[in-house]
Amino acid sequence: MSKQLLTSIAKSLLIARWKQTLVAAIGVTFSITMFITLLSFMSGLNDLLDGLILNRTAHIRMFNDIKPNDNQPIKLAHKNSNSHHFIESVKSDGNRLAIYNSGAIMESLQKDSRVLGYSPKISTQVFFNDGNIDINGSVFGIEPIQETKLFHFDEYVTSGNSADLSKIDNSIILGKGLASKMLANIGDGIQVTTSKGDRFQLKVVGIFQSGIKDLDNVQSFASIKTVQKIMAQPNNYITDIQIKLKDMTLAPAMAKEYQKLYEIDAEDIQTANSQFETGSSIRTLISYSVGITLLIVAGFGIYNILNMMIFEKMDSIAILKATGFSGQDVKRIFIYIAVSIGIFGGLLGLLLGFGLTSIIDQIPFNTASLPTIKTYPINYNPKFYMIGIVFSLITTYLAGWFPARKASKIDPVIIIRGK
Amino acid sequence: MSEIILEAKNINKFFTDPIRIQVLNDINFSINKGEFVSLTGKSGCGKSTLLYILSTMDTDYDGTLLIDQMEMPKKNEALLAKVRNEKIGFVFQFHYLLNEFNVLNNVMLPGLKLKKYSTEEVENRAMEKLKILGISQLALKKANQISGGEKQRVAIARALINDPLIIMGDEPTGNLDKKNSDLVFDIFKELSSIYQQTLLIVTHDPSFAERTHRIIHMVDGKIEN
Repeated sequence: MSKQLLTSIAKSLLIARWKQTLVAAIGVTFSITMFITLLSFMSGLNDLLDGLILNRTAHIRMFNDIKPNDNQPIKLAHKNSNSHHFIESVKSDGNRLAIYNSGAIMESLQKDSRVLGYSPKISTQVFFNDGNIDINGSVFGIEPIQETKLFHFDEYVTSGNSADLSKIDNSIILGKGLASKMLANIGDGIQVTTSKGDRFQLKVVGIFQSGIKDLDNVQSFASIKTVQKIMAQPNNYITDIQIKLKDMTLAPAMAKEYQKLYEIDAEDIQTANSQFETGSSIRTLISYSVGITLLIVAGFGIYNILNMMIFEKMDSIAILKATGFSGQDVKRIFIYIAVSIGIFGGLLGLLLGFGLTSIIDQIPFNTASLPTIKTYPINYNPKFYMIGIVFSLITTYLAGWFPARKASKIDPVIIIRGK
Repeated sequence: MSEIILEAKNINKFFTDPIRIQVLNDINFSINKGEFVSLTGKSGCGKSTLLYILSTMDTDYDGTLLIDQMEMPKKNEALLAKVRNEKIGFVFQFHYLLNEFNVLNNVMLPGLKLKKYSTEEVENRAMEKLKILGISQLALKKANQISGGEKQRVAIARALINDPLIIMGDEPTGNLDKKNSDLVFDIFKELSSIYQQTLLIVTHDPSFAERTHRIIHMVDGKIEN
């Protein structure tokens, strides 16, 4: 109907009571600001914590596990008989950790469209010799470029350059704890002893800090070639293939597929790190419920103010109805009032929320366990802003709807005769 | 002059709270176009109650009401609102102007609602009505900045904006002093004689009633002949 007329009446009522309107709008603004801040901050923190593990973890890891062989020779000998085998003292078969035919596997992974990338890896145990002390540790052979691309390896190299691993022969990046135990700095030479007793001289080109102290005390990284040399193995020797997928949710199914296809052990990220998913979803749930509670409280504020406004404006409502405005028109006027408070307060809230999160984003946040983080983490996801404005509209609409319905039911006769 | 504008047939009304009382008892009458009718009676005789039924604002009654030869439904709130907007002009004892708006906008509101004319035309017509009532100089003042007599004249202008079939007044001079009350009466008289405006005014002022064309006198919910 005459939308323009109704909005202009709504506007006049709003302006006539601008102080109340402002209070109502501030309520919405405050709750939207807090909603945006809370969600951005919380989800920034979630991403940080998840990233701590997920960024560095392969979606699927292929390796040869140390376990007893499923096909014991005796099974082959009596394949078709009805006899039952009792085998005692079965030993795990772990004398070959290398992946068979690794070159061909990697070639076929390259062609798989679901795979984002892969990175070969060798893990081996060594002793770091420092004077007369031997420190137990492990060396991982990696492709620094692939490792950086898929698992953000260089973010954790706090000093030195990860690319030097492949440029400089016989180089190593030490975990921070390990480096401080050996008093090793970039450019120093250190000595390692393999489990077979071979000794090797390596040059430190970087220091690595993962944020998990136990790992930093034992881990170190070298190029694949260097590790193959240390272990006196040929250049197709690889113990792990780490795969990153385009869609992480496919991991469990694909792990099973690869396990069958390549006759190898494959572990997916969901199985390996199931606790992280639970943690982050619960944190998200908490922040949403706090945010929505704030909005509902603001909604009650609007409800109160509109109720009061209707009480004050009884006469005006009565005369509007007497001169030909229907109950529906009166209802619309009050819903316009409520929703315009919602839009104005909501948009201002989004703006202030963005401002507040930007400020939080600048606050220094230094912690030894998170070397890559310099300020508080914030996630500027547009989704939160969408949810914020939609919720502010819904709550203000509902908060306006009940008083508006009351106004539409006012009987003009009672008010006019009451005078 | 014989065209019937408003007709009441067998209208009865009861108040049920706290006990059942009959306030209107078989009301039958009609008003022709151009008539200036006053509805009089003692306080509590039901004259205001009757007026609100005739004005379609009160739908809780038995009987039939015809406005412009059309029977008024009792349930269709939107249609009744439209009828009030288009065919009835109101002047109450209290002016009921909206303080948020200026005088001109107050007069324009029902016209804008009707949407028969563009905003500019409604504005021109509103100014015209204010001129007829001699208050065009107040057009841009806020409704709460003018005197009581002036407010009542603004309310009459508002009642006139859509050229209603009938103007209904509920003690329109009840709150005014002698001078203003005469002024308002003269306006009604002028509307009646110059513009052939139909008027139905509830009043308890005998001197006011005497000067109208026809007096409908009510006693205890009945029309006395």
